[in-house]
Amino acid sequence: MTTAAPSRAQPTQPPRTATLASALNRALRDSLREDPAVHILGEDVGTLGGVFRITDGLAAEFGADRCLDTPLAEAGILGTAVGMAMYGLRPVVEMQFDAFAYPAFEQLVSHVARMRNRTAGRMPLPITVRIPYGGGIGGVEHHSDSSEAYYAHTPGLHVVTPATVADGYGLLRAAIASDDPVVFLEPKRLYWSKDDWSAEAPAPVEPIGRAVVRRRGTSATLLTYGPSLPVCLEAAEAARAEGWDLAVVDLRSLAPFDDETVAAAVRATGRAVVVHESAGFAGVGAEIAARVTERCFHHLAAPVLRVTGFDIPYPPPMLEQHHLPGVDRILDAVAKLQWEQ
Amino acid sequence: MTVLDHDLAAAWTPDAHGPRRDPAPLLPDSEPVRILGTPALRRTADSPGGRELLRDLHRRLVVGRRFNQQATTLTKQGRLAVYPASTGQEACQIAVASALRPGDWLFPSYRDTLAVVSRGVDPLQTLTLLRGNAHCGYDPYEHQVAPLSTPLATQAPHAVGLAHAARLRGESTVALALVGDGGTSEGDFHEALNFAGVLNAPVVFLVQNNGYAISVPLAKQSAAPTLAHKAVGYGIQGRLVDGNDAVAVHTVLSEAVEHARTGRGPVLVEAVTYRLEAHTNADDAGRYRSTEEVERWQARDPLTLMERYLREAGVIGDADVAAAAAEAEELADRMRTLFHVKPQLDPMSLFAHVYAEPTPQLREQAAQLAAELAAEAATEERR
Repeated sequence: MTTAAPSRAQPTQPPRTATLASALNRALRDSLREDPAVHILGEDVGTLGGVFRITDGLAAEFGADRCLDTPLAEAGILGTAVGMAMYGLRPVVEMQFDAFAYPAFEQLVSHVARMRNRTAGRMPLPITVRIPYGGGIGGVEHHSDSSEAYYAHTPGLHVVTPATVADGYGLLRAAIASDDPVVFLEPKRLYWSKDDWSAEAPAPVEPIGRAVVRRRGTSATLLTYGPSLPVCLEAAEAARAEGWDLAVVDLRSLAPFDDETVAAAVRATGRAVVVHESAGFAGVGAEIAARVTERCFHHLAAPVLRVTGFDIPYPPPMLEQHHLPGVDRILDAVAKLQWEQ
Repeated sequence: MTVLDHDLAAAWTPDAHGPRRDPAPLLPDSEPVRILGTPALRRTADSPGGRELLRDLHRRLVVGRRFNQQATTLTKQGRLAVYPASTGQEACQIAVASALRPGDWLFPSYRDTLAVVSRGVDPLQTLTLLRGNAHCGYDPYEHQVAPLSTPLATQAPHAVGLAHAARLRGESTVALALVGDGGTSEGDFHEALNFAGVLNAPVVFLVQNNGYAISVPLAKQSAAPTLAHKAVGYGIQGRLVDGNDAVAVHTVLSEAVEHARTGRGPVLVEAVTYRLEAHTNADDAGRYRSTEEVERWQARDPLTLMERYLREAGVIGDADVAAAAAEAEELADRMRTLFHVKPQLDPMSLFAHVYAEPTPQLREQAAQLAAELAAEAATEERR
C-alpha cells in the first residue's frame, strides 16, 4: 500500500493510510479531548511518548497530569489507577511490555477484575490496561510474551486485541468508554503496519465482543486474533494453490467470546484450525477448540486443530521464527483436516 | 575536545539525580508520642472542645471493645465464619474515625471492621465479608469507606490514587490507608509510599504494629529502626505513636491528616500496639507467644489506660462510664438481633455484577443455575 501524493488542487486532503500506532494515538487523543475524566498513566508515557510512541504528543497537548510519567512500578501504577477510578476518573494505563505487566497481576486479578462484583455493582472500575504483546520484533528475553490466557481466564475482565488499524482506533475507543475494566492487548509487531484508514473520518465505534469474518471461504475456517491475523490471511492466499478456499475469522475480543460468529463460520466449512502465538497448553486455543466442538460437532468433518507457539518460554530472537506459527505450519494443519473422506 | 572534569557536585543534576534533601525533618519521633499520663493531657483537656473530644474518644473506646467482644461471641455461635478481632487495638481503630472528616476516605484491611463501624457503617453491612453472605455489604460511597481488603497492603495504592484524583480535581479530600506490621513487607506498601511521595498525594498511612503477622514477630519481618522510618526513604514524613493511647493516636493522626490536606505531603504513622487475641478464632496464639507477654500488654489495655487517666484528670466520672457502657450494650443487643436473622441469599445474584451487562456466556450459565434451582424447588414440593 502506498500513500497517494497530495494533489495540487486539494493540498489539505488527509492521508488515506495510517499505521496501527497512529490510530491508537488518535484514539487516546480523541478520548482525552472528549472526556476530562480520561487520564493516561504509565512508564515513559509523558515526555517521551512511550517506548512505542503510542502516547506521542499527548502530554504536550493535554498536560503532564493527563498523561502522567509514573515511577517504574507496575503494581503501583495499576493500584493508583484503581484509586483514581474510585474517585470518578477513567484511567488508561500503559504497561510497557507484556512481561513487565506481571507485577500488576495481583492488582488486576484481586481488585480490578472483581471490584464491581465485590461491591454489588456500586463501585465499577472503568480502567483500560494497554499491553503491547507478542513477538516477531526481534525483542530480547521478556519482550515478546503472549499473556492473553492469564487475563482471559479472569472473570470480570474484558480482553480485546485489534489486528487492523481501524480496529485499533475503534476497539480502544470502546475500551476507554466501557464501564468495565478492559485489558487491551496491542500486537506490537503490527504497530507499524498500514491500512487504508483516515483519522479524519474514523469508522463508528463498535461495541466490544464481536468477531469479524475477514475472509470468506468454503474449505476450512481459520480462527485467529491479533498478530496472527496477517499470517492467517497470507496462509489463506497460499492455500489457493493447493485448492483450498480458507475462511479467516478475526476474534477481536477473547472475553467476552463471540460464539455466534465463530460457530456460524465453522459450520459453513465443517473444518477449523485455531491459530495463535502463545503456548498451546491450557491456552485460548484450547478454549476455542472446546467451544467449537461443543457447538458444531455434527458439522465437523475433522477434529479442530491448533497451531500455536510451542510450550516453551519465549525463545531468543534469533530462534523465534521457529516458534511462531507461520504460513507453512498453518497449511500443514489444514492438510491434516481429513480431506480423504 | 572535552576537558576532563571529575567534579561530581558541579555535574549533579537535581531533577535527574535527586534533590539530596536533608532527611532530618522527615525522621519520626524518637519516642512514641504519648498523651495519657503526661502533662499534655491537661493541655488537651483545656483546649477548646478538648473535654468533649476526650469524653467522645472514651465513649468510642468502650463501644469499640464491646463490638469486638460481641463479634467474637457471634463467631463462637457460628454466626460469623471467621473474626479477626482488633481487641487491644481499639485506640487505633476509633481514632481513625475521629481523625477523618466527612468526605475523607478510609481504606481498611480485614482486621479494621471496628474502624469501619466507627466511621458510621452499619455493623451488619460491615461484617458481611466475615459472615460469608457477601463480599462487601456496604456502599463504599455512602461513608467513603473502601471495601475491606484481604490481600495485604494492596489497598494502599488505591488510597494514593484516590487522593491523587482528589488533588487533580482541586478537592480537599484526604485518604487514610490502614496497614499492619506484616503488610509493610508487601511490595504494594512500598510502591504506594513511593507513589504518594512522588505525586505529593494527600494520603496518610497508619501502620498498626501489633507485634505479629499471624505468628511471625516483627523481628523476623523487618530490620528497619522503626516502621515509621520507612517513610524517610520515600521522602515523606514519619511519625511514631503509642497505639494504646487513644488521645495520642487521635492527635497524631489528626495532625497527619491536616498535614496531607494542606498539601504538605503524605505521612506514615506507626502506632505501636498489641493484638490481645489470636490472629482469628481459628488461630492458636499459644504456639508463638508467652502468657507473660500477653499479660504485660493487658496491663496496658487501651481502655483501662483511658479510663484511669481521664478519671484522674477529672474529665470523666461514673456517669460517663455508665453512659458509655449503656451505649455499648445497646450496640451488642442490636448486633445480636441483627445476626439472629438468617441472611437473605439470592443465588441468581452471582451473575448480576460480574460486568455492567452479563456476557452471553454468563447468561447461559445463569439459565443453567435457574433451571437447577427450579428442579430443586420442584423436588422439594413433591416431598
